[in-house]
Amino acid sequence: MIGVPLAQLQIQEPGGSDACAAANGFCPGWIVENIDRYWTPLLEHVYLTVVPVLIGFALSLGLAILAHRRRWLTGPIVAISGIFFAIPSVAAFFLLQPITGLGYTTAIVALVSYTLLILFRNITDGLRNVPAETRDAALGQGLTERQVLYRVELPIAVPEIMAGLRIATSTTVGLAALAVFAGAGGLGSEILVDKRFKSNVVVAGGLAVLLAAAFDLLILTLQRFMTPWRRARA
Amino acid sequence: MSTTLAFLGDFGEAIKFIFQERESVSGGVQIGGIPELAGFGATHMIVSIAALAIAAALAIPLALWLGHIGRGDFVATATSNVGRAVPSLALLAFFISFVGLGYTNVIAVLVLLAIPPLITNTYVGVRQVDRDTVDAARGQGMTDLEIVRKIELPLALPSIFGGLRISAVNVVATATIAPLANVQTLGEPIITPQTYGFVGQLGAAIVVAVITLAVDFAFARLQRAVTPEGLKLEEPARRRWFSLPTRRRLESR
Repeated sequence: MIGVPLAQLQIQEPGGSDACAAANGFCPGWIVENIDRYWTPLLEHVYLTVVPVLIGFALSLGLAILAHRRRWLTGPIVAISGIFFAIPSVAAFFLLQPITGLGYTTAIVALVSYTLLILFRNITDGLRNVPAETRDAALGQGLTERQVLYRVELPIAVPEIMAGLRIATSTTVGLAALAVFAGAGGLGSEILVDKRFKSNVVVAGGLAVLLAAAFDLLILTLQRFMTPWRRARA
Repeated sequence: MSTTLAFLGDFGEAIKFIFQERESVSGGVQIGGIPELAGFGATHMIVSIAALAIAAALAIPLALWLGHIGRGDFVATATSNVGRAVPSLALLAFFISFVGLGYTNVIAVLVLLAIPPLITNTYVGVRQVDRDTVDAARGQGMTDLEIVRKIELPLALPSIFGGLRISAVNVVATATIAPLANVQTLGEPIITPQTYGFVGQLGAAIVVAVITLAVDFAFARLQRAVTPEGLKLEEPARRRWFSLPTRRRLESR
């Protein structure tokens, strides 16, 4: 998947001898016959979502824990990640190319930068919303600050952290469709290959939407397993 | 060392492209320079402003009303979820293949992209208004319309402008791919490298990034300006621009 030479946008004719496809219709027959050509872009898209979200999560968690101890860091971190967040992804994919070249690196660096603001905010909010009494009780039982963070605060913050993860993941699925401009493939490249062919657009776009929904479901399920106490209460 | 220079060189060339005309990569035509980019920029702004205005006119009254009657948790969450899951490129391509090219279709796509944050933020803004305040207003004999206009709208303004800010940034960013539908925005050099080359693409990317950051900054200032004095006095509440109706917030009413 990686290391395959990345063909820049090639314009192709609507494929197949199918009369419906030739007439540029919406053709279930064509879709069934040609579905194979979408698997590689779909896998690329999964890669372009999972890797940036995981890197972004690790970075944000680290930054959030740091900012939890040193509150004054919150402002600058939000301001800087806010700037990253506002830069249009298409522009970012080009602005990075002189530095990181054409391909996955550029796409991933840009996509990571979009997850930071979302994840950092949700993690810090989650930590901050832990009731003071809960913290005090934990400290009173003799837990160190470090133990309070890992055994009390982070577990209580899990629902908000997971909410951030869901937003970050669906945002990344959407932005990864533009990673084609960084030369990183994905479903966006299939859309651009033939943006006027209805069947193609519906399949490639539809797969992106389904992918976002699948990730969302996955994270929700994960959250249920991570917070058994909420299920017990419900 | 040479890579460092090459990298400075690309940005240097790109900035030159913004300010000076040059011959196109394929030859024959003059490209770049302020006059051409100003033309693209004007188109970019026109489609963006039109889309944002239409989206605001549709979404804000609807969400104000939903917030006022307190029904619409589902609408608010569902639109923002769907809005995030549909890639802008897929939506644009969908319009290109099923409806066609041109201004109207590009604006329609941008309107659809701008609506979800506006609905969610307006709705959440109204729901966050203290119920006691609303009850007090009702007790003083205000009608529903007056409550919306004099109480809920002013108190929800910061949140509404937060939504406008997200939508404006999204719209300006997405207008970059409008040339795929034959509308020549600042994305034109990006979409047609055969004429503009990498330098043109990079130059356009710089301009788009600067404009978007300016829009983001302007709306942040606006948001602060419309915040009622009374709200500024309160403890700085958690500011989130893409506030989703979190469970706790929705349950606490």
